[in-house]
This record gives sequence, C-alpha cells and structure tokens, in this order.
Amino acid sequence: MTATPTAPAVRPAAATVPGARTTAVVTGLGIAAPNGLGTEDYWRATLAGESGLGRVTRFDPSQYPSTVGGEVPGYVAEEHIPSRLMPQTDHMTRLALTAADWAVADAGIVPGDLPEYGMGVVTAASGGAVEFGQRELQNLWSQGKEYVSAYQSFAWFYAVNTGQISIRHKMRGPSGVLLTEQAGGVDSIGHARRHVRKGVPMVVTGGVDAALCPWGWVPQIASGLMSTVSDPSRAYLPFSAEASGYVPGEGGAILIVEDAESARERGAEHVYGTVAGYAAGLDPAPGSGRPPALRRAAENALADAGLTPSDVDVVFADAAGTPELDRAEAKALEELFGARGVPVTAPKSMTGRLLAGGAALDAATALLALRDGVIPPTAGVAEADPGHRIDLVTGAREADLRTALVLARGHGGFNAALVLRRAH
Amino acid sequence: MSTTTTKTEVTLADLTRMLRESAGEEEGVDLDGDVRDTPFIDLGYDSLALLQVIGQIQREYGIAIPDDAVVDAETPGALLDLVNSGQASPA
Repeated sequence: MTATPTAPAVRPAAATVPGARTTAVVTGLGIAAPNGLGTEDYWRATLAGESGLGRVTRFDPSQYPSTVGGEVPGYVAEEHIPSRLMPQTDHMTRLALTAADWAVADAGIVPGDLPEYGMGVVTAASGGAVEFGQRELQNLWSQGKEYVSAYQSFAWFYAVNTGQISIRHKMRGPSGVLLTEQAGGVDSIGHARRHVRKGVPMVVTGGVDAALCPWGWVPQIASGLMSTVSDPSRAYLPFSAEASGYVPGEGGAILIVEDAESARERGAEHVYGTVAGYAAGLDPAPGSGRPPALRRAAENALADAGLTPSDVDVVFADAAGTPELDRAEAKALEELFGARGVPVTAPKSMTGRLLAGGAALDAATALLALRDGVIPPTAGVAEADPGHRIDLVTGAREADLRTALVLARGHGGFNAALVLRRAH
Repeated sequence: MSTTTTKTEVTLADLTRMLRESAGEEEGVDLDGDVRDTPFIDLGYDSLALLQVIGQIQREYGIAIPDDAVVDAETPGALLDLVNSGQASPA
C-alpha cells in the first residue's frame, strides 16, 4: 500500500502511452450518501430532490459556528461488518467496506473470477479516520496510554480504506490512495484507469469519507468556506444568489473500473459507461494573476477523450457554494460552453460536500444519469444567480445523455475533470 | 492512573469474553468450545488482536504483562498460564 501525496500535473494521455487504446468501463457501483443508503435508494431520492442535510447529530455542534451536515441515514454497522473488523474500523471505513461490497456484487464479480494480482484498489482520502483518531487521543489524554486501542496503529490512516478493501476481497494488484481533498474522487478514478491501461483487469476505486466529529469539523471551519447558516434547507445553495459556503457530509461511492475486454470475457452483467477522459491541474499561486486550472483540466479531459465541448450533454459541477468559487466555476463553464451552453447540475446540494467521497459520488451519479437519461436537480436552488451565466438544472430534467463531464476542486488548488460516456 | 481491582485468577471464560470485546469473533469459530489449546491464529486472532486483548487484561486486572507475551503465548491456555502464574506483575 503506497500513499501518493503528490499533485498530478496536467497531463492528457498521449497516443503513445502504452494501453492508451484500452477502454476502461465502469461495471459496478456502491453508494452510501446522506440522502440514501444503497444505489437505488440514493438515486430515487436524488431525482426527487430529497435532501439529506440536517443539524448534525453525531456530535453536539452547538458550540461551533457551523451546525449543518449530511449524515448517512439508517446505517447499522453490525449488519454489514464482520465482528472481527468492528473494533479495528472507523465509521468511515465501515461505510467504505459496505459500499465496496455492494460495488463488487453489482459488478457480479465472484472470488476466483479474476486473479488476486489482477485486482487493484485505488481510493481517495482526506484526513483519514479522524473520528477513530479523536476517540483514541481522548483516551490517551484522559486515561493514559494503556487505554489507547492497538488498532489506532492503522485505523486512523488515510490509506486504511484501500487497505481494508484489499484485504477483505483478496485484491493484491496495484493499489494506492490519492489525497487531493474534494478532487480525490475524480483523481482516484483517473488513476484506476491508468492501472487498467497498464494491464490490470479490474480496479476498485472512488472514495468514501466521514469526518463528522469535532476534529474533522474545526479545520473545515478554519478554511472559511463552510456555511454558517443554521437552516438546513438554506445552508448550502451553490450558484444561487444566497450562496453562503458549503455543508460537509459523509459517504461517497465506490466504483468498479475494468478493462472492457476483460469485463466482456468474464460476462459482466452491465456496463454503466466508459471512463473516456481524465485530466488534473494545480491552481497557480495566489496573486500570480494567472487563471485557475479548472478550465484547463476540463479542456484536457475532453481532449483526452477525443471530444469537444459540443459533445458534452451535462456537467456535474464542483459547486463549492461560496460566491467567489461559484463565480470562478461559472466563468470557466461559460468560456468552455458559451453562456448557458450546457445543462449544469449539483446534486451534492442534497448531500453536502463529502470530502474525498464527493467527486466519486458525482461520477457515480453521472453514470446513473447516463443510464436513465435524466439529469438530477440542484436541490433548494430556485434559480442560478443571474451573474452566473449557466443553465442550472433545478428540477429533474429528462434528456438524451451520451456524455457527462464531472468537475471537482480540492482546497489547496486541486482541480480534476472526468469525462464519462454512456455504454451504448 | 485509575484504581485497579486485582483479581487472583483469569478464567478461560473471562478471556473469551475479553477477546470478543477487544477484537471481535471470527465467523465460523466457536469461542465457547474447548479452545484452551487452539492456537490464536486458528481462532482468527493475529498479534494485534492479542495486543488489544492483553491491554484489556492489564486494565481490568491491574497487572502488567510482558510485551513478549504476544509472541510467546500461542494459545489461550498459554496466555492464561502466563497471566495466572505470577509472572505478570502488579502494575
């Protein structure tokens, strides 16, 4: 298990990259989100515009300026996680293991289908299992070192989801973890495709995160980007004139990315779509006067897919939810597509921003949209701020969708773009 | 440190209870059976699980158990012998 802490440079795949002609397809999804546990629960709620945001209950938020979060409902860990894994896993890892189980089952992969070294695991992470870590630090301070769990040695670690998924499913192929804050969900899928192009038949990827504890809360408040609105229905309104910051949530999505040929050979039950293009980029240093890298990442991802902006049928926006960041994204979209040139949506308005899980959930949501020919709404927003010249989808909209662009930005200058195409 | 209650003898039932609490129970393993001489590894417990349960024994019984116990005690019986033999010293 190796960490990959470096930021990927903008680097569209060249035609000379070995395996660049290999098609990477998504054959399985597993979703745990604040507005739905399980893919179909989530998708139904998302199309109906049902938000999962509320006042935080996992800890008492009353002493903090921000009190609204997105909590995964109805998750009983004991129903999903074996007894031996309970003492050694954080809530975040349990959700990740559960989503991974569902994704593997959805893909119809049974043990023995693929060689152990032909299956890799690449997930995104942010701060690791901070709730577990906070509890053990409190044990240390209040009771002494004899009271600290031996499992703290790895349970907090930001690579722990990758590790536990790998162990549970005996997947010994190339594995890793990417830390690019909210861009990680897209970066992990891009990295999974890289492994597939190098000859790995299947990679479990995406991200599931959870940091709804004081230790996970305080650093996000310090970023100044979190909403302090206490009404859950008004706290996170990306692209609206009332945008006041973001709301954090827990959960995410795990995706099975496979070599299309290999998936066909093993008789994969369904193909959600292809990972057609990917690119990433780092913002220039503040004050440099150069533009942010989001637009360039999107252009490079489209070039990587061999497509142009006119091929894109829907954009799943990063939707940071602060006026300044929304303006920057809307500007990039207008430059790419023209004013109101493409439908733009932000279903994360119903889940909050899920740290390393958010962009992975957006990718999964985009694949469901391609499957069903319907764009999920940006909930709670009646209309975009007229200053943002974008076609914001505020109610579920049916459309013939063939190509989706997923945009993601991570605090600290990370940008990533993913192009997904319908299978047929 | 907190106050400790020193008990004289740790039984197999005490140990299996603490194994369940500290490290969970492997599917397909019956901890209530005669597991005294079954290697921990066959019961589904690795060295970290042993470290965790030894920590619990130390806290509950107020004794100090040498670090080597994790490697030396390969079965519940061996661990109980070590804990009850007096080699484990009062904390």
